[in-house]
Amino acid sequence: MGLEINKLNKTFYNADDHTTIVALQDVSLRVDNGEFVSIIGPSGCGKTTILRIISGLEIPTAGDLYIHEKQAEPWNHVGFVFQEYALFPWRTVSENIQFGLEMKGLTKSEKKLRSNDYIHRFGLHGFEDTYPNELSGGMRQRVAIARTLVNDPSIILMDEPFGALDSQTRGQMQKFLLDIWRQSNKTILFVTHNIDEAVFLSQKVIGISKRPGSVQLSLNIDLPYPRDVTSDEFNRYRKEIIDFLNKQNIEQNG
Amino acid sequence: MNNKKIIFPLMLLVVWQVCSFAGILPHSKIPSPLEIIIALNELMLTGLPAGSSLITHGLYSLLRVICGFLLAGVIAIPCGIIIGWSKILREVCTPVIEIIRPIPPLAWIPLAILWFGIGLKSASFIIFLGCFFPILLSTISGVLAVDSILIDAARTLGAKEKDIFIKILIPGATPSIYTGVRIGMGIGWMTLVAAEFTGVKSGYGLGYMIMIARDIQRPDLVIAGMVTIGLVGYMLDTVLRVMEARSLRWRET
Ligand SMILES: Nc1ncnc2c1ncn2[C@@H]1O[C@H](COP(=O)(O)OP(=O)(O)OP(=O)(O)O)[C@@H](O)[C@H]1O
Ligand SMILES: [Mg+2]
Repeated sequence: MGLEINKLNKTFYNADDHTTIVALQDVSLRVDNGEFVSIIGPSGCGKTTILRIISGLEIPTAGDLYIHEKQAEPWNHVGFVFQEYALFPWRTVSENIQFGLEMKGLTKSEKKLRSNDYIHRFGLHGFEDTYPNELSGGMRQRVAIARTLVNDPSIILMDEPFGALDSQTRGQMQKFLLDIWRQSNKTILFVTHNIDEAVFLSQKVIGISKRPGSVQLSLNIDLPYPRDVTSDEFNRYRKEIIDFLNKQNIEQNG
Repeated sequence: MNNKKIIFPLMLLVVWQVCSFAGILPHSKIPSPLEIIIALNELMLTGLPAGSSLITHGLYSLLRVICGFLLAGVIAIPCGIIIGWSKILREVCTPVIEIIRPIPPLAWIPLAILWFGIGLKSASFIIFLGCFFPILLSTISGVLAVDSILIDAARTLGAKEKDIFIKILIPGATPSIYTGVRIGMGIGWMTLVAAEFTGVKSGYGLGYMIMIARDIQRPDLVIAGMVTIGLVGYMLDTVLRVMEARSLRWRET
């Protein structure tokens, strides 16, 4: 199995005004090897925090994290794709993609070989020496995904990766991601605000409650790929998630 | 556009020359542009004192500035990165920096002479002080301005602390470091010439040359020296600007 978190708690302490924020309360979830799981929930419910804990960027206040059944260093297995792309602006496309390989100490020709492979597959050919600020949003995100995948992580965390894209580019990127996932059989944990996106992409959708976040919904999407967004089944799943989110909002307002 | 840049200064020079010619400006106080060009020529060919040409004076001044400037860069940039990175160090160092920084570099001249004697070492030390703080402070603020998401991204890609310093903080702070380096160079150059006026005399240097011109009552030579200082300062900044534009190509949109 791939990834398991068990009763994760996270409390942030604000040193300026001595307040604490309970971001996560007893969050447990499991993602099997090769599974595509989405996390959905109201803003500020702790979705990003969950990913940051899994990736090792944040330490949980309590709870356990197992990656491939071990309480291991996440760096080797987990890749992170950020919403804001987080590309290094002073590095060209190929230098960005090679960053992780550089950290592993690969030789120049190995780095080149592996990054070129991704540059071709990701439609970045001809942009190797371009700097990120000269690229479109969709291309930047493809570079960011390539930069993560080239290190061959078995688990990929994606934090609203397509949130900043226009709807057409977003649609293209969703298909693109599905292709990669189905070819590579990676485990993907995908945070999104977008209900259609969650139903279109994932095998399972996890709903998180408003703060303090805890798992309130676990919905298997039993539809074959590629999915038809206009089908009745698709709409039934959508409705179930909309109902869940509405309930969160009502509780928040009431 | 280029025309505008050239026409206005040319007009000023012409007006100046005409006023001198018409006797509105007293020659003994304000020499005309032509007289200044002649003076420049005299400084190049004969030198002041005779034998020490303008080029020699300029090279001495440049050498002092470059020594002090490089030393300041080599120390201020790593220190700035470490101080920018560590919150504790920042809290400890800030008061010290804020107290030393307002002391004008020239106020260090007596101490410099006591420590290093008169010569290259004390001149460079004064320049060093002039360059050091702008470079240090802009390096610190450059590191603070590095987006923390980039550090996170580097970590998830396997970067260790050392890699984050070299591959994230330094390049991320480079735009700001360049700003500091250019300000530092400007201050260093101004400081040097003043230092050569007041204390750090060793027979050569543009400031020293200007003082001799004053002693022999030659405003044309004084102004010729001032023009040289302006031109060399402009040249130094141009070199830095070109380097900046080259290494910050990624910032262009
Ligand atoms: N470093 C931090 N210090 C203090 N509070 C934090 C910190 N990081 C997150 N929080 C708080 O924890 C809560 C959860 O944040 P998180 O970013 O995980 O939410 P999210 O679900 O990703 O929100 P969004 O949908 O807006 O991205 C928020 O209330 C946030 O203000
Ligand atoms: Mg978030």
